[in-house]
Amino acid sequence: MLKIKSYVKVKNVAEAYELNQKKTALVLGGMVWLKMGNRNISTAIDLSGLGLDTIQEFDDEFVIGCMTPLRELEINESLNEYTHGAIQESLRHIVGVQFRNCATVGGSIWGRYGFSDVLTMFLGMDTWVELYDAGKIPLTEFVNRKKDNDILVNIIVKKQPLRVCYMSQRNTKTDFPVLTCVASMIGEEARTVIGARPGHAVVVEDKDHILKNFKNMTKKQREEAIRKFAEYAAANVKTSGNMRASAEYRTLLVEVLTKRTWETIGGMKDEY
Amino acid sequence: MNISFWLNGAYRQEEIEPGMLLLDFLREKGCFSVKRGCETANCGLCTVLLDERPVLSCSMLAARIDGKKVVTLEGMQREAQEFGSFLANEGAEQCGFCNPGFIMNVFAMLNELKEPTEEQIKEYLAGNLCRCSGFVSQTASILKFLKYKKAQEEA
Amino acid sequence: MKYVNQPVRKTDAMALVMGKPVYTDDLAPKDCLIVKILRSPHANAWVEDIKTGNAEKVAGIACILTYKDVPQKRFTLAGQTAPEMSPDDRLIIDRHVRFVGDVVAIVAGETEDAVDKALKRIRVQYRVEAPVLDMHKAKDNPILVHPEEDWKLKIPLGGNNKRNLCAEALEEHGDVDKVLSECKYTVEQTYHTKANQQTMMETFRTACYMDHFGRLVVLSSTQIPFHVRRIVGRALDIPASKVRVIKPRIGGGFGAKQTSVSEIYPAIVTWKTGRPSKMIFSRYESMICSSPRHEMEITVRAGADENGIIKAIDVYTLSNTGAYGEHSSTTVGLSGHKSIGLYRHTEAYRFAFDVVYTNVQAAGAYRGYGATQGIFAVESAVNELAHKMGMDPVRIKELNMPIEGGPLPGYPDVPYAQSCTMDKCMARAKEMMDWDSKYPFRDMGNGKVRGVGVAMAMQGSSIAGVDVGGADIKLNEDGSYTLALGCTDMGTGCDTIMAQIAADCLETPMENIVVFSVDTDISPYDSGSYASSTTYTTGVAVMKACQELRKKICELGAQMLEVDQEKVDFDGSYVFCDGEDEEKRVSLEQVALKGTFFNNIELQVVKQHSSPLSPPPFMVGMAEVEVDTETGTVEVLDYVAAVDCGTPINPNLARVQTEGGIAQGIGMALFEDVQYTEKGKVRNNSFMQYKIPTREDFGNIRVAFESSYEESGPFGAKSIGELVIDTPCPAIAEAIYNATGVRVRELPITPEKVAMGILKKKLEK
Repeated sequence: MLKIKSYVKVKNVAEAYELNQKKTALVLGGMVWLKMGNRNISTAIDLSGLGLDTIQEFDDEFVIGCMTPLRELEINESLNEYTHGAIQESLRHIVGVQFRNCATVGGSIWGRYGFSDVLTMFLGMDTWVELYDAGKIPLTEFVNRKKDNDILVNIIVKKQPLRVCYMSQRNTKTDFPVLTCVASMIGEEARTVIGARPGHAVVVEDKDHILKNFKNMTKKQREEAIRKFAEYAAANVKTSGNMRASAEYRTLLVEVLTKRTWETIGGMKDEY
Repeated sequence: MNISFWLNGAYRQEEIEPGMLLLDFLREKGCFSVKRGCETANCGLCTVLLDERPVLSCSMLAARIDGKKVVTLEGMQREAQEFGSFLANEGAEQCGFCNPGFIMNVFAMLNELKEPTEEQIKEYLAGNLCRCSGFVSQTASILKFLKYKKAQEEA
Repeated sequence: MKYVNQPVRKTDAMALVMGKPVYTDDLAPKDCLIVKILRSPHANAWVEDIKTGNAEKVAGIACILTYKDVPQKRFTLAGQTAPEMSPDDRLIIDRHVRFVGDVVAIVAGETEDAVDKALKRIRVQYRVEAPVLDMHKAKDNPILVHPEEDWKLKIPLGGNNKRNLCAEALEEHGDVDKVLSECKYTVEQTYHTKANQQTMMETFRTACYMDHFGRLVVLSSTQIPFHVRRIVGRALDIPASKVRVIKPRIGGGFGAKQTSVSEIYPAIVTWKTGRPSKMIFSRYESMICSSPRHEMEITVRAGADENGIIKAIDVYTLSNTGAYGEHSSTTVGLSGHKSIGLYRHTEAYRFAFDVVYTNVQAAGAYRGYGATQGIFAVESAVNELAHKMGMDPVRIKELNMPIEGGPLPGYPDVPYAQSCTMDKCMARAKEMMDWDSKYPFRDMGNGKVRGVGVAMAMQGSSIAGVDVGGADIKLNEDGSYTLALGCTDMGTGCDTIMAQIAADCLETPMENIVVFSVDTDISPYDSGSYASSTTYTTGVAVMKACQELRKKICELGAQMLEVDQEKVDFDGSYVFCDGEDEEKRVSLEQVALKGTFFNNIELQVVKQHSSPLSPPPFMVGMAEVEVDTETGTVEVLDYVAAVDCGTPINPNLARVQTEGGIAQGIGMALFEDVQYTEKGKVRNNSFMQYKIPTREDFGNIRVAFESSYEESGPFGAKSIGELVIDTPCPAIAEAIYNATGVRVRELPITPEKVAMGILKKKLEK
């Protein structure tokens, strides 16, 4: 059970940062994960009075407040238009509507959880996190950063010409994923992200440049490249076993989902 | 700490412990329809409406309702009776323990989606578990209720 | 009949849908002490020393109990008729803790905070020993789960605690080995079913308080109020007469609450302190120390002649009861009795079993009660046999299924199948599924293949010669009736079903009947709601009571009319004189009122009923699945069920029972699996980790009834509650086989098992 000594609804992010420097202080997100821990919190920091629960669209970027519930992202029209519905697909399997009304995007990203659909999805775009102290850094860098006492304020998605496809494999419809996968063309960059390995999501580095120039390939070239890259991903993405699935099965899924997401990006298949 | 909020339409001010969960707080205030089925935000039994949105009161601090409107099934008795009779006609209520949270989320769904398809119903209510019914009769009740509502509107 | 066989609304329905406070925790006294338990972190250990001094100092703590504070007479928590078949192997708190989660201390305090704080302050020194976790290694293992000398089996069932054996037996008919050797086609395979949690939405919970006579009142969410009274009495070593058990509305049971999981802890606290107390199990506790389904491994040998006639079946079951023996010697029996019986031409059969103790949480009763496990194995084996012969599995079942008037080999509880429409069930299911055009599979051309599968099932209706149903009906002074029952409606609707039966027997509107259940001080004795017994057994008790009450009404009416009793009749509204003019009659209300002054004819009847038979209900289940051949994902698109439960007293409730049972069966087939770490800790200890089906996890479930008429049941009814969970595991396994060629013999059939099976087949080619 969670024991909280004092509760502070902060007036600004600076106050939150200040309070958060104490080891036993904690920033509250949507509480869905947090409450499961057995911990004593001296100061619970509530950011909900700061208006950080909106999705703002600008010409060149989306700015998503850390307290935005996952459900808001899921039904946000412009984000879904931008991602061709991939945002919705990445979120709609997470437990249920009520859960997604509680869970916040900041909580999901900050936690850098291995099972995170959200982290996988955002890694598939040109995403930056805005931290109070460290400023704006790319999400790809943030995932490997050690947890500290900074405050995650906003998540910023830079608008690039984007083609993106999200897929996950689950043992039941609303369970944690056994594997998550994103394929995206961010401008000219072909990016593949694999999550729930069950370690946290990683960008698959295309060292052999198999997908280089994917945009300009013929259909046949694409098919060949996808086949090769799916095999490459299976060989290079580290997976392991847990109670949901073995490492071997996850590796099989890396190949299948990589192939399928890229086939969708490449226009070969509409749906699976 | 002190919070002020609306509970089922009535404005209230209360002194609470900061770590108190909304679920426990609501039961303490006599809202016994709010049930705990798990502690991990997975079953939907504790669903209440917070500013018209369905949330899980087991995973929310009571502190978070400050300045907001909370509605439980106690505040929607007329609606519960109307929709509930459709459940009862199918035998779908069974043990009844999941009913209040389920019904609150049905109300949230009908608020958000005008004419939900069967698939949309299943997706919207996926976070409401029921171990008795196998869900088939619940879906049938909702579809019949929608039909009844539509006929009522057209009349 | 006005009410029987009608989809009558449940009498408590509106209270439930409107969220009224009708459950245990809603009704518990407000000033209850909160009871919690300090649980063992070890799978096998002895409490060497326990220090509670610091914990007792926490403000608000009312009592802390350790092994030193409890009676030393062993008992069982199994809700069974005494003397129970389950061994006496429990103490409220034992020095020897036998699984991760076993009880070390009971703490009661005024607030949850105080109790939590006190729990942290208890210091325990354990002598940790190696556990036995693998059921295959349990029998005759030098590590004993129950080494104690006072372990007791009240009915000899082959159990021996010095061998980790809770029960063992062998039943044989004919020469199985010889008959099998003469069969043209044989199969031999081993099937493994896992422990599953019932996961009723309301966890285990009990509140206790003392009444003004100094008796202990136990308000509990239970299926077995009368057994709880005895169990609590035995556990506390006090007369059962000192205990009163009240069952309010309960949030589901499915057999979980046929074990007295939560009652004894607040009971001992209230008995010792005199103060009201309650224990509400968390979901976590409900997952780690409750009463899940017995894990079983079942080896089946079956043989058929060249025409597909099944001649012999041999079943061996190894069952894992965990740390305590509740329901273990009885569940295992059903794995053979309810499966072998499905094949009527069997000339020889053998059924043997071992039930072993291990250091995991104790198993218990879960809907199906061993039949589910046995039917998965035998139905799968017969399906495999059909494929070996190149025969449609539907065909082999049609050739061998039970028929009305025919034998049920190995099933001891009826002389023959007195009521049975399995043939009609099969025909109906085939038609609903469009089997002939879908069998065995259809390649959808997009990497997905659809397959269909079939299974039959039977269960019992009550425990023959054991279960007792009770009904107490009385006419009130305003002409209404009160029907007091001891059976336990757990959402299933039996209170309503009994009212339907009573209303038709008394020819009165249902609104005229108030049903009261259950209070052991007031309700007639009833063994409780389990073993698919309530409609079949208590239903007849209600009929008997009503018929007797009609006679009493006539007797008093005749007295009022000043005629012989033989001359009058009762039509539900009036007692009237046969053949006389309209004037000579008295109304029910007049008779009722007469009952309250200068009257010597009691207008109240208590009846019991117990059946020497347990007539099986039958069903056929068919599944259509779609398999993604790359990921192994299985979607159950459609499930059809054709059921013979005799007369469905309430077709709505019978249908919902079927739909719910099938959904639970789908969970068992595809993803439910209680897993343990190598140290014996439950891995899936929450709804986050133990997934039960949501409404998105399967497509349609369609139910049809093909009713036979069971003479020994009320209005021709048999049971339905358990039967309906038995077909999904074998039918889905078979459908997956037909779609992919992969036969999975270990549940649950996860996408991984399917995908890896497909891969293995590819590599073999």
